[in-house]
Amino acid sequence: MSFDESHGSPKRPSMRTPLGRVRNLGAAHSGTSDFWRQRITGVAMTLLMIPVLVIIMMLLGRNQVYAAQTLSSIPVAVILLLFILASAWHMKIGMQVVIEDYIHNEKLKLVSIMLNNFFSSAVALASTYAILKLSSGV
Amino acid sequence: MVEFALPKNSKITGGKIWPKPAGAAEVREFRVYRWNPDDGKNPSVDTYYVDTNDCGPMVLDGLIWIKNNIDPSLTFRRSCREGVCGSCAMNIDGQNTLACTRSMHDVKDGAVKINPLPHQPVVKDLVPDLTNFYAQYASIEPWLKTTSPTPQKEWRQSHEDREKLDGLYECILCACCSTSCPSYWWNSERYLGPAALLQANRWVSDSRDEATGERLDNLEDPFRLYRCHTILNCAKACPKGLNPAEAIAELKLKMVERQI
Repeated sequence: MSFDESHGSPKRPSMRTPLGRVRNLGAAHSGTSDFWRQRITGVAMTLLMIPVLVIIMMLLGRNQVYAAQTLSSIPVAVILLLFILASAWHMKIGMQVVIEDYIHNEKLKLVSIMLNNFFSSAVALASTYAILKLSSGV
Repeated sequence: MVEFALPKNSKITGGKIWPKPAGAAEVREFRVYRWNPDDGKNPSVDTYYVDTNDCGPMVLDGLIWIKNNIDPSLTFRRSCREGVCGSCAMNIDGQNTLACTRSMHDVKDGAVKINPLPHQPVVKDLVPDLTNFYAQYASIEPWLKTTSPTPQKEWRQSHEDREKLDGLYECILCACCSTSCPSYWWNSERYLGPAALLQANRWVSDSRDEATGERLDNLEDPFRLYRCHTILNCAKACPKGLNPAEAIAELKLKMVERQI
């Protein structure tokens, strides 16, 4: 029994040769950048985790004025911004891997990946805006 | 979406319980997956009792004993019966391995439960259809590729470079690793799987080969290579003690190395 051309279901026999099916559209010549960026953002988040936790502990139970004062410090704002960028990027790549793993319908996969990009960008921009707003005292 | 449940016609039903062999002093229970493409029935699990005093100690010995003495219709692949050919790969007691090198005494907890390699189409009983697996192996072009003039004698290689192939060349393509890999289950039509990638690394690592970059180009793909999520089922399953996950990690490292 041969594999369906679009996914692994053995429901519809294909007349393509097995090697033709495996070669299919050829290699995408990509993937290494995402793989490498996932590692970079993972290491960055690990390194930033302790200072971020310390900052969050400092802000617990305090009012907005105190938060704005703390975030007006450049190192504190930079640490939080780096953490947001690293985690949003890591989240985007990680979720894309999950989508590629489990969603086999091409259209649904494209839409999911698009929404994942929008969501990650929105989370990153909203968080960045919040930090910048607080740290600039506006 | 991926299919997490078996299709209706693949659901396992109760099977036949064959009588215990008469006069046997010691018997071992075998529960074996059965499916016949010709009878239109769902698969079942048959129960056999093997006279352990009348056959060898390995699971394959038990299967051959069943075929010779109880049920000649039981279908499975076997050839060398010493872990060299990879024909008798099957799922024994929940783990993919070779029936010829797995002792039935190593299977604890009662019955020896035998199924075909997971997530592959079944031809009959314990025989999986490995067409896609072999095509994936062919796609990595597992032969020496050179453009330099062929030397008068052999292509030379230092002892150090030859040692780099240890842990790679021993693969017998039994498919135990690939069919134990969840990533391969979900995306076997696009992900090359641990066995083909270990073999790819064998040729990428060969100092005599002159097509290393071309080989890496052919592998650089989010699905062909990067579906490996280091689950490590492959290393656990390999009956030859190889580590396909490590070979895949080496491939990824080479991909990064040539970019930065």
